[in-house]
Amino acid sequence: MTTAAGSAPYWVSWEELLHTGAHWSGVVRRGTTLRLTDVMGGANVSALFYNFEDFNERYNMPDTLKAQHTAFLTTGCVCYSDMGRIFCSIVQDTAGWHDTIGGVSNASLVGKKYGHTRFQEQRNNCYRNGYDSLLNEIAKYSLGRRDLTANINFFSKVTVQDNGALRFHSNHSAVGSFVDLRFEMNTLVVLATCQHPLDPDGAYNPRTVRLTAWQSGPAPKNDVCRSRCPENARGFQNTEMLYR
Amino acid sequence: MKQQLTPSDRNPKAAQLDEIVPAGEPWMGVIKQGHYFRIVDLEGNQAVDTLFYNAHDVSERYSATDTIRSQGNIYLTTGTKLLSERGSVLLTITADTCGRHDTLGGACSAESNTVRYALDKRHMHSCRDSFLMAISRSNYGLTKRDLSSNINFFMNVPVTPDGKLTFADGISGPERYVEMRAEVDVLVLISNCPQLNNPCNAYNPTPVRVLSWAE
Repeated sequence: MTTAAGSAPYWVSWEELLHTGAHWSGVVRRGTTLRLTDVMGGANVSALFYNFEDFNERYNMPDTLKAQHTAFLTTGCVCYSDMGRIFCSIVQDTAGWHDTIGGVSNASLVGKKYGHTRFQEQRNNCYRNGYDSLLNEIAKYSLGRRDLTANINFFSKVTVQDNGALRFHSNHSAVGSFVDLRFEMNTLVVLATCQHPLDPDGAYNPRTVRLTAWQSGPAPKNDVCRSRCPENARGFQNTEMLYR
Repeated sequence: MKQQLTPSDRNPKAAQLDEIVPAGEPWMGVIKQGHYFRIVDLEGNQAVDTLFYNAHDVSERYSATDTIRSQGNIYLTTGTKLLSERGSVLLTITADTCGRHDTLGGACSAESNTVRYALDKRHMHSCRDSFLMAISRSNYGLTKRDLSSNINFFMNVPVTPDGKLTFADGISGPERYVEMRAEVDVLVLISNCPQLNNPCNAYNPTPVRVLSWAE
């Protein structure tokens, strides 16, 4: 089931606002669609996925890119695990480009770029960084540094020039743009809304992101992601074997 | 793009390590801080899937995203600092007669082969199987979760400005090499790639040579 662009269905299961610089984790089950909405424009959402029944199976950036011959994600793309299965499919996307290669910021990068802050003075306005935010969330499941892998940065656009140089596109995502992730596996979803590490903006300015979830069912036979390429058709076959 | 090539004057006869890694085999070894490590593509167009760890704390490992973000470029060559996920430098590439190396293509595995080629390719030998056998036989306590996004020395994976990613025919040739200086004591984990389904090895996996020098 798909929805009219811009509107979630009336049967929304839950909705939650991720504050600026927040980190979040939760289980999203097979057959649920999770919408990420860029409330303010120019958002970045760093994301990692783990199989909720076996954390040892996780999102794999190279396998995702190789299977689909792409360096970025948009409608029709899926997010592969290291076991040849699909965590989620991008069934709708109004941002047009989600970064897969930029990684996350860390404490030293954020300190150099925006200045050093502490909770003692700044309370919850102290500056967050992507690495610590993701680590903080996965540690709730007894996962650690060894379990952090190359992440997705939803709403961010990084292109590669002919000589291999990276180019960050500022404010790529417009106010209200969204991406719908339909989950094909029971997945531990880990998110952080810190700024992209390549964002040249010298001001600490992470944005608010809304999460909206609803029951959509898993991928139908004529699905846009399944039919994108023969690789994805086989990825869905591998995934569906888990639930037979 | 014209590649900048940087040869090294280190003499193989003076190397303290000089081994051949046959096609489809793994290799593990420690390179001490300040020592130089060279990988030679003996017959050309071979992919050498490689991971690095801090030899004293293997939870600190090579990070592809930190490395490319830090240098602002996806290709690895002379001058590239190979960073850990904590942002410290594990090794620096000091010589390169190939021109550039990939770090987005990852390693092949039985499972990704089923997706990329056909469900009945699962039985074929893969880099991840080589990695898994090497770490399982070693005493470092490494498991599958430690196999993060690796480097593919000599492999050519161009990304276009519109975001297409392909496995292209190699730009390497016989006897081309890459050399790097260890900035800490590093554990090296190599899979000399056995992939037969794409041009990363010119469909013909071949041996490579690894060497090291104390200075």
